[in-house]
Parts: sequence; C-alpha cells; structure tokens
Amino acid sequence: MQSSFSPGAMLRRPEAGAFLGLLAVMIFFGIFGGLTFLQPAGMASWMNVASNLGVIAIPVGLLMIAGELDISVGAMVPFGAMTVAVISGHYGLPIWFGIAAALSFGVLIGLINGYMVIRTAVPSLIVTLGTLFAVQGVVLGLTVLITKSTSVALSTEGAAKTIFGDFFFGGQVQVMVLWWLAITAAYIFFVHFSRFGNWIFAMGGDKVSARNAGIPTERMTILLFVLSSTSAAFVGMCQAILYNSAQVAGGQSFIFNAIISVVVGGVLLTGGFGSIVGIFFGTITFAIVNQGIYYTDFDRNWSSLIIGILLLVAVLMNNTFRKMALSYSPRKMGVK
Amino acid sequence: MPQAILSLKNINKSFGPIDVLHDINLEVRAGEVLCLLGDNGAGKSTVIRLLSGVHKPTSGVMAMDGKPVSFANPREAADHGIATVHQFGGTFPLMSVGRSFFVGREPTKWVGPFKVYDRKLANDTAVKAVQSFGITRIDDGDRLVGGLSGGERQALAIARAVHFGARVLILDEPTAALGVKQASHVLRIVNEAKRRGLAVIFITHQVMHAMAVGDHFAVLIRGAIAADFRKGEKSREEITDLMAGGEQMAELEAEIESYMAAGEGHPEPAKHVH
Repeated sequence: MQSSFSPGAMLRRPEAGAFLGLLAVMIFFGIFGGLTFLQPAGMASWMNVASNLGVIAIPVGLLMIAGELDISVGAMVPFGAMTVAVISGHYGLPIWFGIAAALSFGVLIGLINGYMVIRTAVPSLIVTLGTLFAVQGVVLGLTVLITKSTSVALSTEGAAKTIFGDFFFGGQVQVMVLWWLAITAAYIFFVHFSRFGNWIFAMGGDKVSARNAGIPTERMTILLFVLSSTSAAFVGMCQAILYNSAQVAGGQSFIFNAIISVVVGGVLLTGGFGSIVGIFFGTITFAIVNQGIYYTDFDRNWSSLIIGILLLVAVLMNNTFRKMALSYSPRKMGVK
Repeated sequence: MPQAILSLKNINKSFGPIDVLHDINLEVRAGEVLCLLGDNGAGKSTVIRLLSGVHKPTSGVMAMDGKPVSFANPREAADHGIATVHQFGGTFPLMSVGRSFFVGREPTKWVGPFKVYDRKLANDTAVKAVQSFGITRIDDGDRLVGGLSGGERQALAIARAVHFGARVLILDEPTAALGVKQASHVLRIVNEAKRRGLAVIFITHQVMHAMAVGDHFAVLIRGAIAADFRKGEKSREEITDLMAGGEQMAELEAEIESYMAAGEGHPEPAKHVH
C-alpha cells in the first residue's frame, strides 16, 4: 500500500502501535522467560490461542472500523460447538449436517443482529448484548432439554476431522492456525485491496456521507454482522471437533479478548481507522502475553495485569500515531 | 435568458403542524451563483434538504431543465447532478485524499485474477482535480483528509462534486468556520465552479462573502423569501438589515406593494425581471 518505506511512513500506519507492542512483549518475555516462546513447543501454544481468537477478532474489528460492535460472539462460540455436538454426537447424524447447521445458525444470528441494528436506532452494543444472552439461554435450555446434560460428546473421523479439528506438526499445532492464516490473507485482500474495504472505512468515518455517496451501508452492515457471528460459530464448531466434546459454557472470554486484540491492533473504537495487519499483530501480542507467562517465573495471575497495561499503553500509542498521521504533510522539496 | 437548470415554484414545506417554508420561488442558471441568505432558523437548511433529496416538499413544483422532478433520496438528487457540500466538507477525516475522493466509486484494475482498488489512479486523479481549483498545496493523495485545512477540505469536496458531473452545486455555509484567508480561497473556488458553467447555490449568513461571488440573491426570513434581487441592486447595509428580519420585514412588504401598485417591475418578489 505504501509507495515508499521510511520509518516515518511506517509509524503513520494503523498497525504501527500493534507492531511496536508486539516487539515490546517479545522483549519482555525474552528477558524474563528466555526464548521458549519462539521455540516450536512455545510457538504452538500461543499460535493455537491466537488462531482461535484471530478468526473472530478480525470480523469484530471490521465491525468496529465500520462503527459497530458485536459482543454476541461470546455466545456464538458455544452455540456453534453445541450445534455440531448435538446433531452429530447426540443424534449421530453425519458430521457434515452438524457443520452445515452450526454455520447456518451463525449466518442466522448475524442476520438478526444486522437487521435489528439497521432497523432500530439502538446501538449495536445493546442489540448484541441482547442476542448474547438470548443465544446463551437457547444453548443452555435446548441442550439440557435434548441431552439432559451440559456437556455433549462428539467423535469425528475422516476428512472433517482433518480439515476442522486436528493437530499437525507433531501433534501440537491446531489446524485452526492454517485457517487463521488463510482467512487473514483473504481479509487483507478484501479490506485493503478491493473496493469494498473503502466502503467499510467510509461507513465508520461518516455513515450519512457514505450512504449519500452511494455505498449500500445497510447491506454492508448486515454482511459484517453475518461474518462475525458465523466466524464465532465456526471456531466453536472446530473446537468441538478438535476436543471431541462441547460445553454449554465458555466462549465469554472471546468477547473481551477479541476487543483487546482489535484495539491493541490500532483500530479506532469510534470507527473509520484500522487495519487487518494491525489486528493480526494485536492478536499475536495478546496470545503471547496470555501464554508467555507460563514460561516465566511469575505467577500466572499477573498476566491480566500485563494485558491491562498493554491495552492502555497501546491505546495511548495508537492515539499518538494517529495524530502524526493526521498532521503529516509532505516536505516542500519532496519528490513526487 | 437561458432556461434555469433548477427551479422551485410555490414550494411549501411543513413538518406536521409546523410550517417551515411558505411559497418559495427560486431558480438558478448555469454559470450563475445564487446566494441564499438568512439568519439561523430562517429555513435555509430545509431548502437545502429539499434540493438534495433528504425531504420532499409538501406542495409546489421542483423542476430541472423545466421538467418536474421528485427525489426519493439523496442518491437520486445526486444522479440528477445535484451535489451538496456541507460546512465541514462532508468528508472522512481518517481516509486518504484519494480514497475519500472516490468513496463509493472506487476505480479498480485487474491484477492477475483479482480486481483491486487502483490507488495510484485514484490519488493522481484526486490531486489533479483539486489542483485545478487552485489548491496546489495538496500534492500527495495519501495524505489524510483530517490533516487538511478547512478551506482545502471544501476544495476537495467541491472538486469531487465537479469531477463526478455535478451541474448544481449546493454549498452549505462553506465559509462559516473559516478564517479570512481560508474563506477567500473558498470564494475563489466558487468563482472557478461558476466559470466552468455550474449553477451554484451558496448558502451563507455572511453578507460580504455572498456579495463577493453572488449574481443573484434571495433573503429568507421565517421560511419565506423576503427579498429577491440581482447583483448591485442593494447595498451591503440593506442586505444586512434585511437579514436581521423583524421590523424591516414590514417596511419591505410595504415597499414591494408600492412597487406592484406602481407597476414598475417586481410584480411579485420571486419572479425576476430585469
């Protein structure tokens, strides 16, 4: 995207803060825990965390760039997991039915979220808070009603296991890492190289002007909500296949973890600014802090403190870099 | 006199029981600047919203090139060549000059099997379009819009409207938030748009700015056109008095009535005769 690379130009990009944050975290854990987290076993642990989180964080970040928020992802993860486990585990139907159903529910909840946001003037935080609780209720109620249990076993073999829920590289790295890398690449193209990305930034910058400029803002809003809730259902479904079981609880941590990754990644909370690469770095940073603590002598309870400080420092840094980007004008003698 | 590009005939607008505009008659021709003057709350914004397709008139006829038109939404008004530029440029502060210039109409090119946004073309086109309005300080399409001065943002928005084929340019208080120097830049751009044959509707409450570029003036008071005159027909003091409203309004009405009684021009305020 940048025609010339210079330290100044790098700092003005949305992912600058995320990149520096990642470096700082790596140096911190390098000093206190050695370089374990860069060796295969260490890398696998944070990459597994980052991949599951990253697949959800990117669409959540896109919604934030567009000026919306989706916290219902916290319920969509167990919903996706439970759907595949009930259909293919409890009822014993073919696994592909379960996969199709889990993803379809993701699309459905995304449509409901998106439609409610564009049809009412209610902020998307409240709308998705509603669906978060509603979906949690549905998952718990239906699961107990159908299976008389809050945990459902699922055993998967064959292609579905290999594609969605297996380990590779000596049984340590989840196949989700490959999904995450591929999906990130697809989003980078979609957001930064296709024309649709421009629409998302315009929507977050000024929704009315964006609509007047002919951007189908309502269709884009619905599409983004469908992306985020389907991604969350996808992650849940893959986890159920990977761990051979699904629980009704869990998934709540994805809400805040995704938002932290996105904000550390340089996305402006009020919309209009951010990048996929930034969210990618933000996710890795979060995952390294989350897992790196195990390689140090610190009690793991301190990791939340580090994440909290990291978040605040990242936001302050991102504000500074954004101001630099705004006040930037080329030198008078600059070569064009 | 050539036909008006855009005209309003006996337009009324009410929101529920509240009448906002009464019997508005206005027209604007190519290469002409119509200044719509009025104090805050006089109904200027409602006129803009009617013209730009946000609201529909309660009664009366809006016509383009003599043919009645009705806009369901702002997009339809834009498709008819009516572009509105708001006080702060209506642009996206955290987007680059090139990207915000082409928002919603991004140029693309094929790179292998992928259709990608053509950043270079967008930046070059945007920079050239703005520079053609005399703003040479914008020379990098990657700069963020939020880093431009208020006048430069107006220039960018006007250049964008002209580039995408606007015939009628509605400028909503473009100089209100600007310093003297910035405002003079914007006025120069208004003149340039006029020179290129656009019909410009310039909304302001700054009489000096209106007089610097206007060919035709209409003063709105409490939702009605209190005066309609051409360049040179009234002094700055008279216009300022007019805008101030109230007492002068009665005086003006009496004046118009006496004109009509005497039959020397101005049969009614809006239908203009030289």
